[in-house]
Amino acid sequence: MIKSALKSLKGLFLTVPLSLAIVLFLALPLAALEIPPLDGRVNDSAQMLSAETKAGLETLLANFESTDSTQIVVLTVPSLDGEVLEEYSLRVAETWGIGQKGSDNGALLLVARDERKLRIEVGYGLEGSLTDLIAGRIIGGVIVPRFKEGNFDRGISDGVRAMVNAVRGEFVASAANAKASGDNDPAGLIFILIFAFSFIGRALHKKTKTAAVVGGIASPVLGLMFFPQLGFWLLALLPIGALGGVFVSSLSASGGSGGFYTGGGSSSGGFGGGFSGGGGGFGGGGASGGW
Amino acid sequence: MKRIILFSFVAVLSVVLSGCGYNSLQVQEESVFKAWADVESTLQRRADLIPNLVETVKGYAKHEQETLQAVVDARAKAGSVQVSANDLTNPAAMQQFQAAQGGLSSALSKLMVVVERYPDLKANQNFLDLQNQLEGTENRINVARQRYNAAVSSFNGAIRQFPASLTNKFLLHLERKEYFKAEEGAKVAPKVTF
Repeated sequence: MIKSALKSLKGLFLTVPLSLAIVLFLALPLAALEIPPLDGRVNDSAQMLSAETKAGLETLLANFESTDSTQIVVLTVPSLDGEVLEEYSLRVAETWGIGQKGSDNGALLLVARDERKLRIEVGYGLEGSLTDLIAGRIIGGVIVPRFKEGNFDRGISDGVRAMVNAVRGEFVASAANAKASGDNDPAGLIFILIFAFSFIGRALHKKTKTAAVVGGIASPVLGLMFFPQLGFWLLALLPIGALGGVFVSSLSASGGSGGFYTGGGSSSGGFGGGFSGGGGGFGGGGASGGW
Repeated sequence: MKRIILFSFVAVLSVVLSGCGYNSLQVQEESVFKAWADVESTLQRRADLIPNLVETVKGYAKHEQETLQAVVDARAKAGSVQVSANDLTNPAAMQQFQAAQGGLSSALSKLMVVVERYPDLKANQNFLDLQNQLEGTENRINVARQRYNAAVSSFNGAIRQFPASLTNKFLLHLERKEYFKAEEGAKVAPKVTF
């Protein structure tokens, strides 16, 4: 009995990673040009920019984000590998999540070297100031003439400056950032849960049956609140919750004084130095061009 | 004790109902409606650009009356065929809507080919701006259409999956939605004859 249980457990250990690998493999998008990792605000995969231009733009865009919270990112790729410029550009912008969540104040300047095409992709929040018209004028009037001369440094840095000027003042950093960081704070939730647990544990001191009933009911309901997508599987939480209830009541019964000690404070805080997208949304706004 | 039983009954019922997709189906249908509203607003945006475009082209290309008139007519026709949220389940209405919008797309692309013959017009800043806006709008239409189709595909799948299919059959009676297909004419580039 125990042996067979162990055997099936072993089988489980083997099948779980295997099926996970299969699922991950299936989840990979078929074909499609790869999206490079987001290295910084200027991602020069096609090696079109000099080191000074790159550094200058990084500083400019970092400063701009710190005052306005608006994120502008540059990407150059050697080739689109047959993919449609507009589709790739939208995919990159959404994958990187340029712009702050809720404000959707992001923009992407994408240059495809071999196709000699470029596009400015504009997030929802900037569509009012960096309209298709303005984006088209920046491409046609600022960037393309420089590109035709072969001066990619000037073209890109003038283009980015024009984009910055078009959207300056549209958003203010503090308000947008405060909203973004206040959105979900897991530390607070964990604290509440721990307090609730120790309170329940004390209240159900040695009342094992009641604890089982309460646990059995409470766990699927709580599960429903936080993970509604689980659907039918929430019913599986019934016995688990009941067991948990028994466990909690016995735990505080033996613990006596009750309550849990929670070590350490909050673990929140920004990532030092690195750059990441804030989760802005895009709807296909912007303009394309070629040189 | 009675109270506990009642409470657990309500709790179990709510879990069972949501597990059957009672909530999620409605959320998904709502996201189909929202995606459709986005499609409509981008199409409206295109229609709003047309009078200005026609006026600008008219000033430079007087000999293209026929092409211009075709655009104006196609716009009027597209404006007269509307699809409300309830019609999304109606294949005939959607077919008509797609045909009307497709007619406008092909009339517009013909016009954009014709203007290639007028270098003065192509140098006009007003025209360049309109061209940018039109291209941007076409791209938005594409994005909105793809998102709508994705929402429809996930909704249509959801109402057929067990156990949500039972909930839908006996409680919700939601119907499958029609896709908004790309126009046949839009995929084929118009031929130019000089």
